[in-house]
This record gives sequence, C-alpha cells and structure tokens, in this order.
Amino acid sequence: MATTTYQQPDKQGYYGAFGGAYIPEMLHRNVEELRSRYLDIMHEAGFQQEFQQLLRDYVGRPTPLFLAERLSKAFNTSIYLKREDLNHTGAHKINNAIGQVLLAQRLGKKRIIAETGAGQHGVATATVCALKGIECIVYMGSKDIERQAPNVARMRMLGATVIPATSGSQTLKDATNEAIRDWINNPTDTHYVIGSVVGPHPYPDMVARFQSVISEETRLQLKQQTGKELPTHVIACVGGGSNAAGAFYHFLDEPSVQLVAVEAAGHGVHSGMSAATTQLGKPGVLHGSKSLVMQTEDGQVVEPHSISAGLDYPGIGPLHAHLFQSGRGNFLSATDEDAVKAAFQLCKLEGIIPALESSHALAALNQLKLAATDTVVLCLSGRGDKDLATYMKHL
Amino acid sequence: MSRIAELFARKNNRVLNVYCTAGYPALDSTLPVMKALQQHGADLIELGMPYSDPLADGPVIQASSMKALENGMTIAVLLGQLKEMRKEVNVPVILMGYMNPVLQYGFEKFCKDAAAAGVDGLILPDLPAYEFETEYGAVIKRYGLDFIFLVTPETSEERVRALDGLTTGFLYAVSSSSTTGKDKNMADQEAYFNKLKQMNLNNPVLIGFGIKDKATFNAASSYANGAIIGTAYIKALDNANGDVAQPTQQFLESILQ
Repeated sequence: MATTTYQQPDKQGYYGAFGGAYIPEMLHRNVEELRSRYLDIMHEAGFQQEFQQLLRDYVGRPTPLFLAERLSKAFNTSIYLKREDLNHTGAHKINNAIGQVLLAQRLGKKRIIAETGAGQHGVATATVCALKGIECIVYMGSKDIERQAPNVARMRMLGATVIPATSGSQTLKDATNEAIRDWINNPTDTHYVIGSVVGPHPYPDMVARFQSVISEETRLQLKQQTGKELPTHVIACVGGGSNAAGAFYHFLDEPSVQLVAVEAAGHGVHSGMSAATTQLGKPGVLHGSKSLVMQTEDGQVVEPHSISAGLDYPGIGPLHAHLFQSGRGNFLSATDEDAVKAAFQLCKLEGIIPALESSHALAALNQLKLAATDTVVLCLSGRGDKDLATYMKHL
Repeated sequence: MSRIAELFARKNNRVLNVYCTAGYPALDSTLPVMKALQQHGADLIELGMPYSDPLADGPVIQASSMKALENGMTIAVLLGQLKEMRKEVNVPVILMGYMNPVLQYGFEKFCKDAAAAGVDGLILPDLPAYEFETEYGAVIKRYGLDFIFLVTPETSEERVRALDGLTTGFLYAVSSSSTTGKDKNMADQEAYFNKLKQMNLNNPVLIGFGIKDKATFNAASSYANGAIIGTAYIKALDNANGDVAQPTQQFLESILQ
C-alpha cells in the first residue's frame, strides 16, 4: 500500500524516492545499532511509561488546542492553534529531545551531542541532559551563536558545552557537519540527538514518531471540542520539518485533510536569499539522506536565508520531500516580511507572541482560500521570546 | 588486469597512496601535483573532488576543499583537466568524493567520463554497501572502475568480509574511528590491523587516516600492503608558493628515504 510510505518509511528508510542512509563506514555501527533497536526500545512498556510521564509532568502535555476566535473571524473560518509554544523550554523540540535521551540511556550511551540553529533544539537537549545528569555538547554555527545569544546563555546555564562551528558558512548546516564529525570521532559512548526529521535512517522516522504526539493529541482534542473527527487543514512551518511531521503524522493517511507545509521564502523565493527548498532544491544527498537540497549546478550545498534561524536550512526531511513530490502535501512559502506581519497580527488578535518559525505557518493563512465551514489546525511550534530582538526592529 | 591490480601484483608492500584535493593549491595545479607525486615515488594517487560538506574529513582537508572550490574546481573542470592525464601519468588514479556532486553531474555520466579520462577507481565514503549493491555498483562496474570500500576498527569481522567481497582494487582500512588528520597512536590499533592481516582478504589493504611521516608510514606498512597519506601532504603544499614540485619532492623524500 502506498500509504505506508507516508507514515512509515520502508526497511531501508525510504519514503518513496527519498531517505536511506548515506553515511561513511565510520558511522555504520552507531547508525546500525540505532536502526536495529529504536523500535523495540520505543515500544517497551518501561520506556513508554517514563516518556509519557515526563511529557505530562515535566513538559506540560497535553498542550492546549485553542480556538483562536478573533483570528478565525479575521479569516472567516475556524482556526485552532496547537499550542506547542506552551511546552517547557518554549517549543516542540523538547518532545524529541526527551525521547532520544531516554533512548540513548537504554543504548548505554554516556555522552550526548546535538546541533542547533536557533538554539531551541540545543536548549531542549541541554535541558533533558541536565534532568538526567548526562554530559551534553551542542554544536552551533558561530554566526548563530552571535544572533541567538539568549539561547546560548540558557544552554550554558543548563550545563551544556556550546562549541562554535567555524567551518563553511558557520550556520546550522555546518553545526550539523561538526556534530556528525564528533560522532565519527566518538563511536562508542556517544549518541547524536538530531533535532529534525533529517539525517540517515532511522532518524527521520524516529523523530517523526516522537513528535507524533502533536497530531495524536490534536485528533483527540478536536473530537472532544467539536465532535469532528478530522480538520480540513493542518498547517505547519518546515525547515527540516519536525513540527510539521509531528502535526501531520496522524493525518498522513487521511486524504481529506489538506496538509499545508510552509517554507521560509526569505527575501522572496527567487531573490537569492531564501530557504524555500521545495521551490529551489533538487534531489540530492545531504547529512546522510537523499532528499531535496538547495545546491549549485555542480552539487555544492548553498547557504539559505531566513529571518528565522530555525528555518534556515538548505534541505528538508525525506518524508516532506515525498509529500511534496507525490502531491500529498501542499507546499507554500512565506517571506520574512509576511512572517513578521503575521506575528504582529497574532499578538494583537490573540495575545500570543509566536516564534518567527511559527509565524511562517501563520502567514500562509492569507494564501489559502478558506471557507467558513473549514476547520483549520495550525501548529504553533514555539514562542517568540527568543525572537524579541528581531521583532523589536519592526515595532 | 586493472591498473590497480597490476600495481599490487608487482608490489605488495610499502605501497604509497597520496591524497591531494583537485584544484588545490591552484585551479591548474592538479596535473603538476600528479606528475610530481609520480616522479618522487607515489605508487597511487587519490584525487579529492572538493565538496562543501565533507563529513568524513578533518579541518585541513576541508579547508583545502573550500580553497579548491573558490579556485573554481568542479567535477566537470576536473574531468576536463584529466583528459590528457594518461599522456604523462602512469600510476593508478582514484577519485575520492561525496555523493551529492557526483549525483548532480549524473552518476553514469561521471563513471563514463572518469573511465574515459583514464581514472582507475572511486572512493565515495557516503555511498553505503546497500546502495552500491542495489543501484550504483553495476554502473561503476560497467565502466571498468574499481570501487574501494572503507573499514574501521568498529566494523565487525562479518562486515569486513562482506565489504571485501564488494571491493575491487584495495580495501581502505581507516586506522581509527575518526575523521581525517587526527593524531592517534598506531600501536593502539595493533589488534585490529593484525585481525585484518589474518583474515586472508581478497583485496590488498592500505591503511589511511593518521599516516603523516616516515615512522607512521613504516608502521602501517608492517601491518598492511601500504598506506594512504592525505592531511600531511596538504599541509606540505600549503608552503608551495606556486611551485608544487619542490615541496612534493621534499615531502615524499622525508617518507620514503
């Protein structure tokens, strides 16, 4: 059945034409160990109990599904916000960080490494490592360290070592390269907590499963609040695509639900300063999987641009590439300016300051022809405290 | 018999494979570097195709790749430079690089053009065994190219045998689990090297990563058929000042004499 390639990849980690594990032999043992054990560990009763309990008592789940009445009125439809911004540490990233750190413990790993762009994934990983008393090293591009100072301070307060990635363009893609190199150099005691649905199999599937709590709760809450089984639209922003994968997961095989993925168009898709991978990318291999990648004609990865560091990535996860290519997903993009405008609209109408990443999802509301009878769920992936410096420039 | 097989039939010990990034230190230095390497004693040449995101490489080789990209090196430019290579270079030549640029060039076209230029083999560290077996291996073989797999101390004996079965040319034994250019003590890996030696593999074995001078080259050659030097040679070329022959001679003499 074709549907299984949406919710789950095949045995080799392929969603349609995308996925796989394009890794050097130096990583084979680590990735193979993870691949052969992640599903068994995730299904263990003890693991599930600890995971669910931490999600409830530490993270604060379930997060509310909030009917945004004034925003709904503005678009003459019904818009529900899935409030991932209310999670501990301020974004959906913590769901995956807890899952992977618990999994790493069961694999006997003593040391955690992670990459981060905006810092949300780094903060989430540092938080869980502090909670569990495990060493944590976070790689972050030197440019991102400059533009996301509060999150760097948070990670350090939480006991993590933040190592600047000084190679290449000194942003998220280079932080990812450095983290992978660290893993190559520390093959036995270290687990690499990848923050998005990217990387070699099984990462895209594993991260999607940890984030699928978002759509699982959404279905239940929508039913309880409205009596409806399904929304008409689910909207989420996509950098690598972890909040979108989580928000879509339990709707992937429901063809009546339109899955709307919103990429960062930066200064405009064709401005040369954009991160709209499905518009600008071609099939290629980056960070261990085959997906869509923004690159030059001769296959050098190009540096994307987005006002939000979390969407500033030249690829997307293989699941999303498959959703795009098969037409199951509706891929839109929003510019920096659109995102900032949408953020201010939400602030004024609902009293919520969204993360710049989530603002891209909000900006897509303008582009959809929504009917009064529609039920729209929008994943508000994170809160905007970390982005205040950027927002202040537009006040 | 392939050029690499011929080499090992003729010489099975102290085989020296030297790595250099194509287009480094200058765009047009690729052929002069190859000629100098051949003239001063390299048995094999491994040419790196520069990539923006070289996961398995350490900082020195990555920096040389960035420089080569700034110099304007691409696969198309390189294969153009190599067209006349066989008029002057007799030693086996291997292209090393990452999958993405090769995929953009076109995988089959790449194999075809490389073979036509006289290239003997490929190392693509992020092309794993599964993809080789199901998709790419047949294309590589169609053009008569050898394909060299890597093994590490973490590779199980069963997997070493499987990779040896897929490899032609030689098996690339990574000295320790690391990126290129890390200083590790060769003696710590004695058990691993001896295990490889006792396995009676189909292919000759060259040890790479951490080989930087006469002592490490000699040590590696005592465990295997020879060794691969990369980072140390790139460092030697840093002082080239436009002339690659002199530092190459000096470097190879320091290893071989």
